[in-house]
Amino acid sequence: MTQLILFNVFNGLIIGAFYALMALGLSMILNLSGVINFAHGGFLAIGAYLAYSLTPYIGFWGALAVAPILTAIIGLLVERVLIRRLYGRDPLYSLLLTFGLAFMIEDGTRYLWGPETLPFTIPDWLASPLSSDFFFLTGYRVFMVVLVLVTVGALFLVLNRTRLGIRIRAGSDDLETVSVLGVNVRILRNLNFGLGIYLAGLAGVLAAGMLGLQPTIGNELIMPSFVAIIVGGLGSLPGTLLGGLLIGVASGVTAVFFPSASEAVIYVMMGLVLLIRPRGLLGEEGRVL
Amino acid sequence: MNSTLNRQIANALIWALLLTMPYWIGFVGGYTSLASRVVVLALAAMSLNFLLGFTGVLSFGHAAYFGIGAYGVGMTIKYLAPSTPLGILVGMGVAAAAAAIIGTLIVRLRSVYFAMVTIAFGQVFYFIAYRWNAVTGGDDGLSGWRTLPLDFGIGKLDIAGQPLTFYYFVLALFAVAVGIMALLLRSPFGRTLLAIRENERRARFLGIPVEQHIWMSWLISCVFVSLAGTLYALLNNFADPHDLRWDQSGDFVIMAVLGGMRSFWGPLIGAAIFVVLQDYISSQTENWMSFIGLFFVLIVLFFPRGVVGLLRRKAAS
Repeated sequence: MTQLILFNVFNGLIIGAFYALMALGLSMILNLSGVINFAHGGFLAIGAYLAYSLTPYIGFWGALAVAPILTAIIGLLVERVLIRRLYGRDPLYSLLLTFGLAFMIEDGTRYLWGPETLPFTIPDWLASPLSSDFFFLTGYRVFMVVLVLVTVGALFLVLNRTRLGIRIRAGSDDLETVSVLGVNVRILRNLNFGLGIYLAGLAGVLAAGMLGLQPTIGNELIMPSFVAIIVGGLGSLPGTLLGGLLIGVASGVTAVFFPSASEAVIYVMMGLVLLIRPRGLLGEEGRVL
Repeated sequence: MNSTLNRQIANALIWALLLTMPYWIGFVGGYTSLASRVVVLALAAMSLNFLLGFTGVLSFGHAAYFGIGAYGVGMTIKYLAPSTPLGILVGMGVAAAAAAIIGTLIVRLRSVYFAMVTIAFGQVFYFIAYRWNAVTGGDDGLSGWRTLPLDFGIGKLDIAGQPLTFYYFVLALFAVAVGIMALLLRSPFGRTLLAIRENERRARFLGIPVEQHIWMSWLISCVFVSLAGTLYALLNNFADPHDLRWDQSGDFVIMAVLGGMRSFWGPLIGAAIFVVLQDYISSQTENWMSFIGLFFVLIVLFFPRGVVGLLRRKAAS
């Protein structure tokens, strides 16, 4: 029993790491640009499929390094051509636009790579379990958790220590003042969008190694990412990280006792948070109204 | 004076078109069931627009209540009692209860956050329908029931047998629902909703209990969407888990935007265009998703005011 619970807690942590990676990107874009990027799951799928197509040429490690960057470049272009036009307009329009984009990306990947689940090969030594007692602890899973932690650490370093990061955070608080101080807000939003999409692309490569590739691979991750943002607290990136891990573990533990509710439990958590603490666990006061 | 006259002419024209639709839709390549679908989805889009266009609150999760209505009527007829009106009432009642509870949790949120939470909560009902296999039929949907004739005591009206009868049954309920919404919007309550849409802070300073009004508007909107959901299930003799999903919510929003959010009848026009286009595209190509997605993008970029917005601007210039 302990092993089963441990297995599910660890599983939940991995899923939670995915949620967090997705939700951090979504949250950054939402905070700075006021855009809910519905197509975030689509970008995740693009990252995964690009990695699949690149692996025969540059290997797993090469794909892991290159595919998220290519995804981010696509993201930069999409922001430049489409999303930029909608800043300052009713948020409804950016929602609808990214919604349509999500449809197009899903159908596009299905058209290019086919509807069947494709296998994504990872290096052998990563695929084997670390010990026979803890069969679920494959090297790949541990590797994923470590990589996500390193990425998130690097992200927070960028946001807190580099000029770009500090400007992104300042702009999330008060874009007008940042603009008046001479920062090019257009470029800032563009780079911020690209950074968020990079995280989605990275999540896509990692998810491909665990789940295999499907055009709908991002769909199951996007709703929990919304929940992670709300549970963690609007406007707070550490909150988003915490929210992602928390709901991942919660759904993992629920899967032990009541498997059919493992998806619903995170929405119950969201309801409780909204009831007791509407601004979220680490959310700033006054963001809600 | 002139504008009220114009409005009355427009109203008369719309009702005339709706009343005669089964007789002319064949000439433009449609069929009677398609006409019913237009009216049902128009009701959903107009109900959503009560909240979206006239209260200024962005909900992206209305499919949940549409789907609750659909499952409510199906499950009532299948398990509880063989009565179509009872099924409709149960579907609307359950949806009202769900909307009332969720509404209290979300009335304090605004704009994108409101949208995000409504989408996320919508998924709960999707998972229930999807997972609770034994009762809801899971992924396959709820079948094994059918629309039953209306029993008036003195005689029965078989609404399911003839598509034409069903169309007028749908249109009658549509008229009642739309009439109630129009009356509400003309009442002081409706004017208050407009005030909140235009300037929430000012409305609050005037002493208007903004949260209560938004909650009421949300509830009204959800209940009428659930009525549309029950009619949709009765039309298909089937409830589909897809009815509850977020992409269905997106469809309702695009119908409202395409027709014109600031206009009462706009969503009806949007629904008609969307339904006919979807019917056509999905019969022509397997990649209909790309086309619908592209359609969304193009509307947002080039047509954000919708058909009615465009007509009004033309008339003004």
